[in-house]
Amino acid sequence: MNIYFFKIASFLYLLATLAYLAYIILLREFVSKLGRIIVSLGFGIHTLALILRYLEGGYTPVTNLHESLSFFAWMIIGVLMIANIRYRIKVLGSFLTPIALILMLFAFALPKEIVPLAPVLRSFWHPFHVIFAFLGNAIFTLTFCSGIMYLLQEHQLKSKRIGAIAKRLPPLQVLDDLNYQSLTFGFPLLTLGIITGAIWAEYAWGRYWGWDPKETWSLITWLLYAALLHQRLTVGWRGRKAAIMSIIGFMAILFTFLGVNLILPGLHTYANW
Amino acid sequence: MIEIIVTGLNHKTAPIEIRERLSFQESELEEALLRVNLLPSIKENIILSTCNRVEIYAVTRNPETAIRELKEFLSQYHNIPLIDFERSIYSFISDEAVRHIFRVASSLDSMVVGEPQILGQIKNAYNIAMELKTSGFILHRLLHRAFHVAKRVRNETKISLSAVSVSSVAVDLAQKIFGNLEKKNILLVGAGEMSELAARHFISAGVEKIVITNRTFERALSLAKEFKGEAIPFEDINKGLKNADIVLSATDSPQYIIQYEQMIKVMKERKQKPIFLIDISDPRNIEPRVGNIENIYLYNIDDLQNIAKENIKDREKEAQKAESIIQEELIKFVKWYQSLQLTPTIVALRKKFDEIRKKELEKMLSMHPNLSEKERKSLEAMTLAIINKILHDPLTQLKKRDEDIVAELYIDAIRTLFQLSSTNTNISKEEEEINARI
Repeated sequence: MNIYFFKIASFLYLLATLAYLAYIILLREFVSKLGRIIVSLGFGIHTLALILRYLEGGYTPVTNLHESLSFFAWMIIGVLMIANIRYRIKVLGSFLTPIALILMLFAFALPKEIVPLAPVLRSFWHPFHVIFAFLGNAIFTLTFCSGIMYLLQEHQLKSKRIGAIAKRLPPLQVLDDLNYQSLTFGFPLLTLGIITGAIWAEYAWGRYWGWDPKETWSLITWLLYAALLHQRLTVGWRGRKAAIMSIIGFMAILFTFLGVNLILPGLHTYANW
Repeated sequence: MIEIIVTGLNHKTAPIEIRERLSFQESELEEALLRVNLLPSIKENIILSTCNRVEIYAVTRNPETAIRELKEFLSQYHNIPLIDFERSIYSFISDEAVRHIFRVASSLDSMVVGEPQILGQIKNAYNIAMELKTSGFILHRLLHRAFHVAKRVRNETKISLSAVSVSSVAVDLAQKIFGNLEKKNILLVGAGEMSELAARHFISAGVEKIVITNRTFERALSLAKEFKGEAIPFEDINKGLKNADIVLSATDSPQYIIQYEQMIKVMKERKQKPIFLIDISDPRNIEPRVGNIENIYLYNIDDLQNIAKENIKDREKEAQKAESIIQEELIKFVKWYQSLQLTPTIVALRKKFDEIRKKELEKMLSMHPNLSEKERKSLEAMTLAIINKILHDPLTQLKKRDEDIVAELYIDAIRTLFQLSSTNTNISKEEEEINARI
């Protein structure tokens, strides 16, 4: 049953992506509203799918790659909906929804069956670890998008060709503020994700930290974001530098999440995806 | 048959010297409207006089005579021989007059296409004519249609979205960098006319504070007073640069006033806070290399003009969309006002009555199949007599009124009351909505 709703949600995200892309081209108010309505509907159904999977499996559905991707996408859409309320940046959906859609399509292609849980995953701490980490990651996705938009907009302004792109993107300062604020939310969550991960590791393997590739790479990611936050607060880093750094940080997140699991062997590798 | 006409001149047909001499001050308008109203062939009139155009909108039965009378009026009123300006005058009749008024209201005929102030000027001209009752029921409809068309053009095209003057492009760019300008400061380097003009644009966009610096400090002081800003001595320019978000430089200094190394230092002191530098002087006041520094956005007068030119091109593209909206509305309006003729209205009214009569008669006869031929004939004659008698008085009155000033009002009333054409009622409904909004 949960797969059924998962598919509907994916389909709705596809429609929302199309609507948001149409908005970028047409710049018509009602198209963006349509996108928002579809995405909210998709989010509701996606939530239902996750609850059903929780009930059917009897565990928080964040234990294999299919579940993680779906959960990540769900969080990104959630962050989008909150950001839509806080900021009046209409093109945000045009950036975030496609990312969520791609994650959903990946998840779609992977084995979706509910299988008995490996013993290490049957832990009180595991769901907390994953939820914090993914919430942080989802917010950093927003940071990443604001960075991309900033660079695009800055390029337009510096090159003095105020074209179609500039008309569609929000002002530089708004993008920089979004970049900074999302960083201040994402960073504590990522930190919490790593701490709860360490506690879980202690229960599962009897050690807090073991320099397994996933652990190493999340530390690298954390350090990148810590550096960005530090530079912003002390030296007054902003704008272009901050935007580039938030893009690098997001690359590190992607590598930590996918690269490590798929390429480097280690404890986090999804054995049976 | 009544016709709508336009006679006048604008920035395309007449140089400023002629426009000036033919324009009407607001204080003169009243007298002018009343005098036009007394011209024998004019039934209604509105005078629109702005710095780019002088036009008289009128309703008449004899377009040619009316146009001649209007030209003579302009000549007499302003005491200029007609021969001096006749070449600049254009006149439109009927459809073309309506189209012209729609285009003017939608700002397609403006010097800068899409600038919205013309609509306000027309509304003003219309209100004055309304008060004096020199505009009647036809121009009333026409102008409300024109407002409706202008609104559609504004909403359905992007014609007035983009900035087309150097100052408004600069404000636009500032908003692209900072978003809301409400908490931003602007530093004016040089207190000349150019900076004053640009400063006004920034003030209306909401900048919080204006700081002015100038080689002669007194000039800076007096401008600061005018803008309720602050004047700083020219030597303190670096302090000004440190605190400003937007800098507008317009001096006649032959050398660079703001240089690369200087700005590097300033940016450090600013903690890299973004700054928008506008250099509208010739020769330039700001070293071009400054634009390469991170978080500095430097635009000179050429850059601004290029953007303005691009935007004007955009507007012209949008103007084509606007023309098709106008065409659509023109057809609707013309249909309505061409229906305001006596003979077709009488024919339509008779037809309607006769149809009702025939239908009812048929119904009755089919219920009583055994009536004799004679009885049928007399029923037929009786019903015919009834409608003829009913129609007799109104039709005589209407024919009498045909030469009257308000004949069209009666015709329109008849058409509405008896639902003689559907376009008619549609227009009235939309018009009510517009009236409610004004």
